[in-house]
Amino acid sequence: MAPRHLPVGSFVRIDKHDLQSILDSLSQRGYRTIGPRLRDDAMVYDELTRVSDLPIGYIDEQDGGRYRVVSDPQQRWFGYVVGPHSLKNFVFPPHETLLRSHRDADGLWSTQTELPETRPVAVLGVRSCDLRALRVQDRVFLEGPYVDVHYQSRREPLFLVAVNCARAAATCFCHSMKTGPAVRGGHDLALTEFVDHFVIEVGSDTGGEVVTETNWTPCTIEEVQAANDVPQRLSSAMQLRDKTLPASSAGDVEVDHPNGRYLDIRGIRELLLDNLEHARWQAVGKRCLSCANCTMVCPTCFCSSVEEVASLTQDNVERKRSWASCFTAEHSYMNSGTVRKTTASRYRQWLTHKLATWHDQFGQSGCVGCGRCITWCPVGIDLTVEVAALRGDKS
Amino acid sequence: MMSAAMDHRASSPWTVHWANISKMAAEVPGVTTYELTFGDPLIAREYQFSPGQFNMLYLPGVGESAISISSDPAEPEKLEHTVRVAGNVTRAMSRLHVGDQIGIRGPYGSAWPMRSCREHDVVIACGGIGLAPLRPAIHHIIHHRDDYGRVYLLYGARTAKDLLYTEQYDAWRNAGIEVEVTVDIGDAEYRGHIGVVPILFYRLRLKPERTRVLTCGPEVMMRFVIFEALARKIKRDHIHVSMERNMSCAVGLCGHCQLGPTFVCKDGPVFTYQALEPYLNLENF
Ligand SMILES: Cc1cc2nc3c(=O)[nH]c(=O)nc-3n(C[C@H](O)[C@H](O)[C@H](O)COP(=O)(O)OP(=O)(O)OC[C@H]3O[C@@H](n4cnc5c(N)ncnc54)[C@H](O)[C@@H]3O)c2cc1C
Ligand code: SF4
Ligand code: SF4
Repeated sequence: MAPRHLPVGSFVRIDKHDLQSILDSLSQRGYRTIGPRLRDDAMVYDELTRVSDLPIGYIDEQDGGRYRVVSDPQQRWFGYVVGPHSLKNFVFPPHETLLRSHRDADGLWSTQTELPETRPVAVLGVRSCDLRALRVQDRVFLEGPYVDVHYQSRREPLFLVAVNCARAAATCFCHSMKTGPAVRGGHDLALTEFVDHFVIEVGSDTGGEVVTETNWTPCTIEEVQAANDVPQRLSSAMQLRDKTLPASSAGDVEVDHPNGRYLDIRGIRELLLDNLEHARWQAVGKRCLSCANCTMVCPTCFCSSVEEVASLTQDNVERKRSWASCFTAEHSYMNSGTVRKTTASRYRQWLTHKLATWHDQFGQSGCVGCGRCITWCPVGIDLTVEVAALRGDKS
Repeated sequence: MMSAAMDHRASSPWTVHWANISKMAAEVPGVTTYELTFGDPLIAREYQFSPGQFNMLYLPGVGESAISISSDPAEPEKLEHTVRVAGNVTRAMSRLHVGDQIGIRGPYGSAWPMRSCREHDVVIACGGIGLAPLRPAIHHIIHHRDDYGRVYLLYGARTAKDLLYTEQYDAWRNAGIEVEVTVDIGDAEYRGHIGVVPILFYRLRLKPERTRVLTCGPEVMMRFVIFEALARKIKRDHIHVSMERNMSCAVGLCGHCQLGPTFVCKDGPVFTYQALEPYLNLENF
């Protein structure tokens, strides 16, 4: 029997405005549809039901400690790259209730696991680095000895409409981390943007069903090739940049062709773990404010703390989980003292975890090269520069 | 979607099992042993643990604490925890009474290597509350005394009044454990040894190739114990340490307890010194 919908791996073409019908189809299927929205001068993920609400014609300029939205002469729909939000916000929200306890009239406690609202989420505009970051979080929350059921109940129904990047911010280094810019798996649909149409690659059966309901036409071989070329061109430009510029120089400033940063990952685990007492940690510790911004925006950071929220009578108690950060003193507090007392030691913990010990724990890097931590650091601390410094001078 | 999510409900790692305090015994000032009995007979029947493992003990509205199991693993129905008042949760616990409820998640973490200690001499070196997680190992050794060579307990506390489980030392000695005790500060009545735990090593004639060391206590004490053990040529992977770190989840999901590449909650709390050697002496690591 022939499949009733477009099979995984097929490429189709839709007119740009028919993207609306994909959103509509997702809403009809019960999804809460989320996409990039311009809010408070930044692209964030928020409710999106009409494609006209996309930040069409805007792009972002990013650099160490700097984020600016400017207009895009090319009027692209997806010309910007990643903002402060990531998929983490939807699968591992900043705050959530894990457990509720109730004390009955006889004074006896009982408990119930609190699972999140069951309406599934569809996110439009996801980038390759974010899909890879989701894989990193899957490994943490789903593939260890204990499964995080709260993450799982949000993750399993997640529907992802990815976009192949055509431009990089000056802070991007997916190319170095081998996590982009081309979308390679983990998506339900992947869009490539052209002037008046999108090419869509079907990545899952549900994705196929959704596209089948829109006004699509099959792609010619040339159109498929053109779609593959878009991220490929960017990849080549990023590679060229890798070879030509030292990592420590800031990214290109020319808005239209910033080709990202570069991180040399050869032997990076040993580089960091062999240099735990390098003077550079003290130097960066002097600049770092220990504000935790980097850990909040990082799409893979998974630390959390749980607190008790009780009713006035103390008979109803919730256990609430919130994002935590290794940059705080509470994070490593014990009554014998805080383990990581200095800012330098906290930055060292963060960076060695991301780039080195993550490999021991989860068999992969904890960094996907999205550059968020560079952009949103108020003092512009740049991990690519810090690693280059450790590499350059092993005093 | 709903049904799939519901299926996992039972297996949430945050699920708490309710127990009642069946006995409460004041040990030394600020330290109480709680015997806990599960309310659910099925859990009560199936619950088992290994020496060195810990539970998360929960008081609704106050919070959770990681507490080692301090009782005999052969009698899991008499589940004991010896708790020192340190802050919010442990203080609230000390105000409970027999019959009150405590939530339990666990057991978690790695165990003392009771199997590889067989045919070996075993030095148990601990300080303060650090004897609590080692008491299950002592029980285990006593039950299988012939499997082990010479067994020493080197135990220290601040003063004689802070020594835990003193009423049991004679029984342990009679069962073939050489118990050596020391205190930091002596007083008029105290007749025993004064000084820190590592000093007790000087009394032992050890055969390094067939000796294993199990240690738990303040990190400085453990560092000196390790130093003494290494000085006696005991192998790095024959020295076993139990580490303490802040933990919210105990199942490797909250990130707090990381120590280098390890999660103390699931890779530890018991590690070989070999595994931790690169990190144990780093300041603020
Ligand atoms: C594996 C393991 C086994 C332990 N076994 C025992 C035991 O058998 N008996 C015993 O008395 N104590 C034990 N502890 C220490 C015990 O967990 C802490 O004393 C307790 O969490 C303090 O909580 P609190 O709310 O009373 O103190 P607060 O100071 O109010 O604690 C605030 C928070 O800090 C953290 N914290 C503070 N001190 C410690 C600490 N030493 N270790 C870990 N987290 C800490 C906890 O997350 C706690 O929620 C163990 C700790 C670990 C990690
Ligand atoms: S460490 Fe920085 S660049 Fe790497 S994934 Fe996290 S936020 Fe992105
Ligand atoms: S590196 Fe930057 S963002 Fe991260 S804690 Fe330090 S100052 Fe804040």
